[in-house]
Amino acid sequence: MAAYNRYVVGAFLAACAIFLVVGSLQSALFAQLTVSGLANGGIYASLGVALVLIYRATQVINFAQGAIATFTTYVAWQLMTWGLSYWPAFFLTLGIAFVGGTLVELITIRPVERRGNVLTVVIATLGLLILVEGSVGWIWGAEIRFMPSAFPAHSEHIGGVAFSLQDLGTIGISVASVIVLWALFQFTKIGLAMRAAAFRPEAARLVGVRVSWMLSLGWGLAAVLGAVAGMMAAASPSVLLQPNMMDGVLIYAFAAAVLGGLESPAGAVVAGLLIGAMLNLLGSYVSWVTPQLLLPAAFVLMLIVLLVKPSGLFGRTQVRRV
Amino acid sequence: MAALLELRDVDARYGPVRALHGVTLTVGEGEIVALLGANGAGKTTTLRAVSGMVRRGGTVVFADRELRGTPESVARLGIAHVPEGRGTFSELTVWENLRLGAFTRHGSIDADAKRVLALFPWLGERKSQQAGTLSGGEQQMLAIGRAMMQRPRLLMVDEPSLGLAPLVVAEIFRVLKELNEKEGTAVLLVEQNARNSLAVSHRAYLLETGRVVLAGDSDELAQHEGIRRSYLGY
Amino acid sequence: MKVRGLIISAAAITIALIPFVLSDYHRSQGADVAVYAMAILGLNVVTGYTGQISIGHGAFMALGGYTTAILTHNHGWNDIATLPIALLVGFAAGVVVGVPALRFHGAYLALLTFAFALAVPQIAKNYSHFTGGTEGLALPTHTGLWLYGVGWACVAVIYVLTWLLLRGRTGRAFRAARDSEVAAASSGVSLAVYKTFAFGVSAAFAAVAGSIYVLVNNFVNPDVFGLTLSLYILIGAVVAGLGSLWGILVGAAFVQLLPIGLTSSHVISAEGVPVLFGAIVILVMALVPLGSAEVLRMAIGLPNRIRSSHDSSTPHSLEAR
Repeated sequence: MAAYNRYVVGAFLAACAIFLVVGSLQSALFAQLTVSGLANGGIYASLGVALVLIYRATQVINFAQGAIATFTTYVAWQLMTWGLSYWPAFFLTLGIAFVGGTLVELITIRPVERRGNVLTVVIATLGLLILVEGSVGWIWGAEIRFMPSAFPAHSEHIGGVAFSLQDLGTIGISVASVIVLWALFQFTKIGLAMRAAAFRPEAARLVGVRVSWMLSLGWGLAAVLGAVAGMMAAASPSVLLQPNMMDGVLIYAFAAAVLGGLESPAGAVVAGLLIGAMLNLLGSYVSWVTPQLLLPAAFVLMLIVLLVKPSGLFGRTQVRRV
Repeated sequence: MAALLELRDVDARYGPVRALHGVTLTVGEGEIVALLGANGAGKTTTLRAVSGMVRRGGTVVFADRELRGTPESVARLGIAHVPEGRGTFSELTVWENLRLGAFTRHGSIDADAKRVLALFPWLGERKSQQAGTLSGGEQQMLAIGRAMMQRPRLLMVDEPSLGLAPLVVAEIFRVLKELNEKEGTAVLLVEQNARNSLAVSHRAYLLETGRVVLAGDSDELAQHEGIRRSYLGY
Repeated sequence: MKVRGLIISAAAITIALIPFVLSDYHRSQGADVAVYAMAILGLNVVTGYTGQISIGHGAFMALGGYTTAILTHNHGWNDIATLPIALLVGFAAGVVVGVPALRFHGAYLALLTFAFALAVPQIAKNYSHFTGGTEGLALPTHTGLWLYGVGWACVAVIYVLTWLLLRGRTGRAFRAARDSEVAAASSGVSLAVYKTFAFGVSAAFAAVAGSIYVLVNNFVNPDVFGLTLSLYILIGAVVAGLGSLWGILVGAAFVQLLPIGLTSSHVISAEGVPVLFGAIVILVMALVPLGSAEVLRMAIGLPNRIRSSHDSSTPHSLEAR
């Protein structure tokens, strides 16, 4: 059964890849839309991996992930407004996000988790969403602000097609941050401990892993990924820096996580990129799909995936009560 | 010989149900002690009480320190607990499982890895195999190997023979005995299979409905009328 | 029992008489409280009584609100006449949503309804020739007293309906569905039907709430029914204690009046309100007053714990000291 599924999924992904490549070779517009779609997808993928990290470890769907990303993006903006140049502000924000994410888990989620109820924690994350988004408005106000970008605004011309550097940079940074995180999990002792704590908390305790600390660290890392997603999103032309900036992105990130398989970080990446590219193409090539319908489309996608194959593309195919 | 592990009057409960009533037992340095009893007698609960996985009353002393913490802290003090079901990290590889065993140790684990592979050479070939795909017997041996990586002073093993073929079981008990003799690791062994456990252990306790009803040297207990009838079948 | 009757009568009398000592503006705020009361009651029927969590009730309010708006604005209907229509539309939508909702539990349903809450305003924006798009539709105005009266009359009707529902066989079925799916199924109660019915009823109440909301504001556009609204309904339900009928009035008053009270007396700024609310939700969840705890535990249901496939074969260990 498992092998069959792997072939089907592999064939599906290969077909998508072929579709994108062939289309790009045929039409300059297609290529541009694909690349800018992949850039959006990179943002969905980063936030999606953050969601997967937390879900994998605690079965909690963290509704506040987008709001936390927004908050850290505002922090980056503030640092730059105070005079820091882009890259120092970027990395300092990542550090702040890590500490902040860890503290948030410690202070707000841990006391609720102690009650032991997944649904209670989920509602708490909703409370956290309201709290964090409110804090952004409280501290910085609701006016739209301008977020500088790491990349100059011009386009590169490759093979007669114009690609915006911003898009290429976003893809690069999103993919790079996910790879760095993956390396952390695969090759370090603490990464191994975090994976062990996520998969088998009881067994992990027996080998001396402080499981609750690992959860806090997981939130910290998720916040870092969220910060990357947020900073890339704010710099992109379609998203404006305002308190509810990541609400829509969060839905796409959820769709990516669900499609990829809620427990698979790799799945979230692949699904995120795919959703980004496909939605962008859909929006341009299919006439009745307006920009406003893209979010409902993502919702429908999630619904279909959860109805038909809840474990997603890369999830474990065991039967799970959804 | 001072007792390495001592349980004094330990109670334990799952919710409203009391599983252990005033259990008192000791494990000496370098001893193999067996806990016998039927299903539900409280053997597993005793190990969990030591590890801090269950609410308990009474006192547990290990190496002159009173244990009162979480399973993590108990592991760090030098107790390796191989639980019922082996506690294998199925999603991780064989090698990662072994690395996790050494989590509490600092510095190089090469020497430990060599020891484990010497004992279970076939593990060397399967390093990158997903642990969940190993057979039951292999997982049990992996679990013991993982515990060895910790270099514990006390190894607690819960039902190692469960669901395994006699040859595999014999191998596992041989490994435990070797560990004890060569490295001086104390072992607290929980087993329903009385014959094997009495053969390999120095002393044994018999638990019934959460109480210690019999205690003594394993050779003597193997001859004991009640045990022979109920647990050895003759 | 008698005490309860006294409290109910006292509350009813207070609600009936208070508008006469209030200004017109405050009366319309009282109507807003009625709106939240209906929406929260709707949410409680579904979450508190059948254990299905929904963060998308703002969408059902939108349905009711737009029904009323379109009928009055585009077709010249009398506003009160639109209310039963909104009720039916809401019920139908609730049933339509409730059927797939059966397949999902706990956090997954929360996720889907969350996405639903964000998707519906987008759809409304899209089909703007129908809905007036972002510019919205204007509605006839009414006095504060009219709004207050109509609003609370609806609340009374809905309370009575709920009370009747929960008394009889339906109520027993709801409670059975919440407490133990296995037991309910084996006693011949068709869980699917009752759960879907509960969703329909819950959505119907939210729809009527939406209609009144739109009348109070004389205006509707997609942003009115955004995510914030759904979240505030949830806050109200949490404060009320999920499953509690009486706490609902407290919850509704809390969500509607507290922010206004705090900002007008300059205790905190308007932007600080969500921060406070968020903190309160977290605190409530951390401390879990008995009402919420009991219901939430039921909402997950023991056989449906998502986490169970992760535990090792050893039995659940309790937390050590």
